Amino acid sequence: MAEPVLSIRDLRKSFGALKATDGVSLDLRPGEIHALIGPNGAGKTTLIHQIAGGITPDSGEVVFLGEDIGALGVAARARRGLGRSFQISSLAPEFSALRNVMLAVQSRQGSSFRFFRPVMKDRSLTEPAMAMLERTGLAARANVPAAELSHGERRQLEIAIALALGPRAFLLDEPMAGMGPEGSRALTAFLDGLRHEAPILLVEHDMDAVFALADRISVLVYGRVIATGTVDEVRGDAEVRRAYLGERP
Amino acid sequence: MSRERAINLLLAGLLLSVPLAALALGELFYITLATRMAILALAAVGLNFALGLGGLVSFGHAAFFGIGGYVAGIFSSHAFNQTPLFSWPFEFFGSDQMPAIWLAAMLISALIALPIGAISLRTAGVYFIMITLAFAQMIYYFAISWPAYGGEDGLSIVVRNGFPGVNTAVPLIFFLVCYVLLLAALALFALVRDSRFGAALQAGRQNETRLAAVGIAPFRIRLAAFTISAAITGLAGALLADLNRFVSPSMLSWQMSGELIVLIILGGTGRLFGPVAGAMLFVLFEFVLGGLTERWQFFLGLILLGVVLFARGGLIGVLAGKARHG
Ligand SMILES: Nc1ncnc2c1ncn2[C@@H]1O[C@H](COP(=O)(O)OP(=O)(O)OP(=O)(O)O)[C@@H](O)[C@H]1O
Ligand SMILES: [Mg+2]
Repeated sequence: MAEPVLSIRDLRKSFGALKATDGVSLDLRPGEIHALIGPNGAGKTTLIHQIAGGITPDSGEVVFLGEDIGALGVAARARRGLGRSFQISSLAPEFSALRNVMLAVQSRQGSSFRFFRPVMKDRSLTEPAMAMLERTGLAARANVPAAELSHGERRQLEIAIALALGPRAFLLDEPMAGMGPEGSRALTAFLDGLRHEAPILLVEHDMDAVFALADRISVLVYGRVIATGTVDEVRGDAEVRRAYLGERP
Repeated sequence: MSRERAINLLLAGLLLSVPLAALALGELFYITLATRMAILALAAVGLNFALGLGGLVSFGHAAFFGIGGYVAGIFSSHAFNQTPLFSWPFEFFGSDQMPAIWLAAMLISALIALPIGAISLRTAGVYFIMITLAFAQMIYYFAISWPAYGGEDGLSIVVRNGFPGVNTAVPLIFFLVCYVLLLAALALFALVRDSRFGAALQAGRQNETRLAAVGIAPFRIRLAAFTISAAITGLAGALLADLNRFVSPSMLSWQMSGELIVLIILGGTGRLFGPVAGAMLFVLFEFVLGGLTERWQFFLGLILLGVVLFARGGLIGVLAGKARHG
């Protein structure tokens, strides 16, 4: 089997007495969508933050492309190729959709210490950014400030920005949240193709999307992975049904 | 032409016309007033890099303003008295030439801003404000207790420093020197604002999580902005010392830091001509209200309150509407 792109080893994080991450290990393999599901407060977002670098784990390691990235900050991890979207959209609100994506293109091209050339006249920034907006269906809204985009459009913009980084792995935290059935279906189709560009660690509550997309599913409950396996294995797992799918034995 | 650009041109023209009109009417005092406007505007353009673009509320920029002033004072006093400022590794007698003084004022301000920024930028919000204030106060008290350069009494510049090819003692000429520097700083501000660096700096103000998530570490961008910002404010300080032919610790005081912030808020935070509009208003208030009542600062406070409550974008915001970013 191919080397995993991302692997997490025995990660632990407590907030006071609360064990938000309690010995989590998981892999993200090339070409796969690995869904991470679990009830509210299970620690999914906290885990994503620890992978992306925003939260420092108490112990355990995060290995990305064969390198232990535990000591790197958020920006350095993003430059290594971790493209993420936030559960609650996090954009530069005054900048247009296009400029939000251009920021990622600029970062990917290297130094931001360039002081004189106007970005809006720099086609090496505007063109790739526009292409990402086209791919995510936002081209018509390119010049609208992020703050004035609809909720669904902001979710799409998050994806466009992550794409523009040309990442080696995606960390998507509930990309479907609040998208409506129409939007969810479109995004499901889009993510389905995306896995071939880079594998996706997908946190998602929308079970239709998860069952349609996931190659593997890990179930997180109270900071612990209680099951990992294919869609069928996880669906059939008694503990999962009890803990998460809400069935009585 | 956008409305904002038209307003900017108008303000630039207005500032230029004040000393010309003053000259025509023989009221030379107004040239000094306009020069003061240009210099304060330049200092605030400097602060606008950090505050306007970067969202870094430095409450310590008087430090750089004063350092620039002291560089002008110290260089010219050594040049005037022919005493060496230092004798190792070579003998240096200061300078009474503005280009040398400006360069030194900018360099020294930048060099001091670098460690101050490196420490202050580890914090954010109120802590950042307080730490920049604390550093500026340290420098203020240092200047007060340093008798070699006048301590509390300050330091006089006997003859205004020169500029090759022109007579800076002529008020209009000195105004034009300051005015050209102001325009140059504004051009630099516009370039940097629209550049990649400016994009990262402004994105960091809007949402630093987003900036880091695309792989740009906010700290280094901000440190560079803080340093550039200090250099320009330092340059303005050197000019103010030459205008007054005098520099004292009051240039380093926290009131001065506050005035620079007030200028920017009055004019329009982050707007290209915000500092110009702000400095013109401020000096005008100081002059008109100051002539009517000793408590002019009280009325300035009222006006500021009005701006903060009802006109967030300052004068430029009121006249030109909200800022648009491409
Ligand atoms: N900074 C923090 N300090 C203290 N507790 C926190 C912090 N961040 C998260 N928690 C707690 O850790 C637990 C896990 O939170 P997390 O946001 O990771 O859950 P989640 O699985 O993403 O939930 P949801 O499905 O609602 O998004 C929750 O109980 C939360 O209250
Ligand atoms: Mg969450």
